Amino acid sequence: MNDTNEIIVCRDVHKWYDSFHVLKGINLTVKRREVVVVFGPSGSGKSTFIRCINRLEEHQRGHIFVDGVELTNDIRNIETIRSEVGMVFQQFNLFPHLTVIQNITLAPFWVRRTPKEKSRELAMQLLTRVGIPEQADKYPGQLSGGQQQRVAIARALAMQPRIMLFDEPTSALDPEMIKEVLDVMTELAQSGMTIVAVTHEMGFARAVADRMIFFDKGEIVEQGAPDQIFNNPQNDRTKLFLSQILNH
Amino acid sequence: MTTVEIKPPILVVGPLAWLRKNLFSTWYNALFTFVALWALYSFLQPALLWSQTEARWGVIEANLTLFMIGQYPREQLWRVWLVIYLLAGLIGLSWGVWKDAARGFAVIGLGAGAAFALLCFFFGWESWSHWLIACTTLLILYLVGRYLPYASFLTTVCWILYFPGVFLLIAGSARIASLPPVEMGAWGGLLLTLLLTIVGNFGSLPLGVLLALGRRSKLPIVKYFCIGYIEIIRGVPLVTILYMADILLPLFLPVDVRPDRVLRAMMGFILFEAAYQAENVRGGLQSINRGQYEAAQALGLSGTLSTVLIILPQALRAVVPALFNSFISLFKDTSLVAIIGLFDVLRIGRSVLAQSEWLGTHREVFLFAFFIYWGFNLAFTYGSRRVEEALGVGKR
Repeated sequence: MNDTNEIIVCRDVHKWYDSFHVLKGINLTVKRREVVVVFGPSGSGKSTFIRCINRLEEHQRGHIFVDGVELTNDIRNIETIRSEVGMVFQQFNLFPHLTVIQNITLAPFWVRRTPKEKSRELAMQLLTRVGIPEQADKYPGQLSGGQQQRVAIARALAMQPRIMLFDEPTSALDPEMIKEVLDVMTELAQSGMTIVAVTHEMGFARAVADRMIFFDKGEIVEQGAPDQIFNNPQNDRTKLFLSQILNH
Repeated sequence: MTTVEIKPPILVVGPLAWLRKNLFSTWYNALFTFVALWALYSFLQPALLWSQTEARWGVIEANLTLFMIGQYPREQLWRVWLVIYLLAGLIGLSWGVWKDAARGFAVIGLGAGAAFALLCFFFGWESWSHWLIACTTLLILYLVGRYLPYASFLTTVCWILYFPGVFLLIAGSARIASLPPVEMGAWGGLLLTLLLTIVGNFGSLPLGVLLALGRRSKLPIVKYFCIGYIEIIRGVPLVTILYMADILLPLFLPVDVRPDRVLRAMMGFILFEAAYQAENVRGGLQSINRGQYEAAQALGLSGTLSTVLIILPQALRAVVPALFNSFISLFKDTSLVAIIGLFDVLRIGRSVLAQSEWLGTHREVFLFAFFIYWGFNLAFTYGSRRVEEALGVGKR
């Protein structure tokens, strides 16, 4: 780890589900403040890969370093890394028995020991940032999908993470709600957050991504700046996939 | 244009409409209604006639105190009343603090207290004043609860202190002059039944939660111990457990530790019920989406914190109906303590039948026992349904 500008380093990462080889030697380095969009057909291992970065999935060979700390079986390392890596899920995964504000203040209070008033203040700032301060005392079940996903983003941001992982954040949303979530993500990207996002929102990728990574069959097939990927893809599989999702 | 709200026609909603829709919608439906009413009348008429003429209800009146508290010393009766006042107060407090969630039980407590007061007054028994005090306490603490600061926390603490408090009040202690010890052999009747129910249920719940969590543990020793415990306990009848608690338990304990028979029965109930509670709770744990665990982990919460803050609250809320079901079931199972020589309310009934002046009053005594069990279960059911509604079980 000589270059401190590299915040995520993956070296030859392999993973198997029983005998099924999901990740076949992933090598990837993400720099600070970089926005990386990962895309590819379903079942290509892209979700599994970003879930390895905060060890919701365990890799079985190779090395993953996050901010200089290697992910091993040491539970303290894992918890440190998790509290610095925010994650947003496809299915939101808000805690249904807690109000919006309780969802956001829970981890800062219990993990970071931030005093109650201070974490509440921070939570209200974040809710304002994602545009729904008036929903603070409602339960997740009373919100629309788009609002829930914005709460989920605020919940992850409340831990003041250095990296944000997005695992298909708009795939479970109705079309009219996708934009409100993408707007928040765009704003986040422009504010300098390091982002790794699995998404098929090509408009978002074109507008804010620094780099795009095409995953297929457990491998990185091609990567490059959005311009190059959209206008001059090198690999046939990339061309085929892009033509399938762009021409309909 | 303004819309005018018109009351619905009387035959569309309301009790009359209900009658018409459900009982008299067609000619044969009406016929069935009349046949059913006639059958009901011809079944119940002899019973009603019997209860008005032949029945010797004196057996209940003469032995009422025995039914309620068994051989508990009569001059110490005030301790039982104090337990009831405290309970009434706590229910009132919970009603004021937790509103809807406790309202069901408060309504029942208040209704039952008032009914008992009237009943006692009507029969000229002196205990009517006690019930009046209990009702008043409930109402006063309801008002207190509405304006109390830190109310939810304080109320929880009071409830937690209440159970050991009751135990101390009833059992007494050699160190407190005004609370002379009452040996457990004298506890009996409804008092014993309720104590066994409450201790059995509240004692087994934490144990059940631990067993349920242990059964899902990744550590093989913990996991197989929990599975073994649950399957062994569930594999034998309660009677066996009670015998074992009564006869075998003293063999495992140090020589100078000789828990009383009632205490041994309580331990037996706790150990037995814990296995069932564990399976109830496990059902709740399995209903929690994997995403909840992942979201908690992704935020950096440790395993313990995510279990306590995220998983258990949702899992327990999901199984509230099953927990109340076990509660009711255990309440009825307490009648089995008769086989190890304890005098619960049903066993008291049988001993009353042996009194020479009340020979042949089986019907009266067992009907009375029937109504005690049934009345309590109705109350539990009503109260628990209100709790479920307030917690939004199955919603949200």
